[in-house]
Amino acid sequence: MKREEIKVSVLRVGGTNCDAETKRAFEELGVQAEILHANELVRRGNLLEYHVLVFPGGFSYGDYVRAGAIWAKWIMAKLGEELKAFVNENRFTLGICNGFQVLVEAGFLPGFDGVSPYPEAVLATNFPPGYNCRWIHLKHENRGKCAFTWKIPHGKVLRLPVAHSEGRFMFAKEKEKEFLKRLCDNDQLVFRYCDRNGEYAEGRFPTNPNGSFYDIAGICNPEGNIFGLMPHPERAFYWWQQPDWTRQKQMLQYGDGKLIFESIIEYLVEKF
Amino acid sequence: MKYRLKIEVKLKPGHSDPEGETTARLLKELGYRVDALNVSKVYSVVIEAESREEAITKANEMCRRLLANPTKDDYVIVGEEER
Repeated sequence: MKREEIKVSVLRVGGTNCDAETKRAFEELGVQAEILHANELVRRGNLLEYHVLVFPGGFSYGDYVRAGAIWAKWIMAKLGEELKAFVNENRFTLGICNGFQVLVEAGFLPGFDGVSPYPEAVLATNFPPGYNCRWIHLKHENRGKCAFTWKIPHGKVLRLPVAHSEGRFMFAKEKEKEFLKRLCDNDQLVFRYCDRNGEYAEGRFPTNPNGSFYDIAGICNPEGNIFGLMPHPERAFYWWQQPDWTRQKQMLQYGDGKLIFESIIEYLVEKF
Repeated sequence: MKYRLKIEVKLKPGHSDPEGETTARLLKELGYRVDALNVSKVYSVVIEAESREEAITKANEMCRRLLANPTKDDYVIVGEEER
């Protein structure tokens, strides 16, 4: 597939954010991207015209009930079958921050046995509590399954920002061990919080900014075509988006967030 | 018939409750001897149903489909006829 043929839809509803940054990141890399209100996508009924669907960050529907829950249930009620077809046709879905919460609440992630009718995980209230907005480090754990990170070397440390109140990834206590094993065995673990040297946070704040189980920051489904993460790659796409970019020794064009956008595009170019 | 449902969604025992811990800490600073504090959400819903049992069944369904995440939430439902 040629790069310029790739079509990306960045969804929005009331309360989403960074849709413009996400669109710009994709366009900078030479693919077609459009911001589409979820109602418009339902009206058009043309989901399968897109190759990549993005649920961006934000606080959809005010994060009422639970973060991401209302948008998740809404989209499953309106577009559930189309979304399942989209996933089964090996199209690609990215959830950033609130988008990750939506994919978990909708049952797409971790999706051990396909789309689950009820959530198998949750992004719970941060511990320590409160909204946390800071630059963190992530270690790439995936061994090649995830289409959004397959170009990133295993073990590479990335620097991205987080900005959320509900990012504490967890499984039900009684299933923690079993689900973590499945996550690792299936190569669904994508990013873990670490320090700048790649040492895992082991739950320590602020290296792990939200108390996530096993320092989990991002996971994919068993097929690797659905990926969700709490940090915002679109806010680290350009080098100058970093708060200390003028004080750094090197002066590059792009930040680490670009690696994620580039990975999915190159996946489509090389494999389709 | 109309039924009023009180649906309380709360964290399962053993799950950490950062909101509750923070609130308890402040209440202690205000001089209260607080032993335990948990935060929960209460939804008050009025629905049409043939019987109280049907109303409760629907409330259970609401919890499973939207109001509770089984990973971390328990829920308690109380239903009575709306007068």
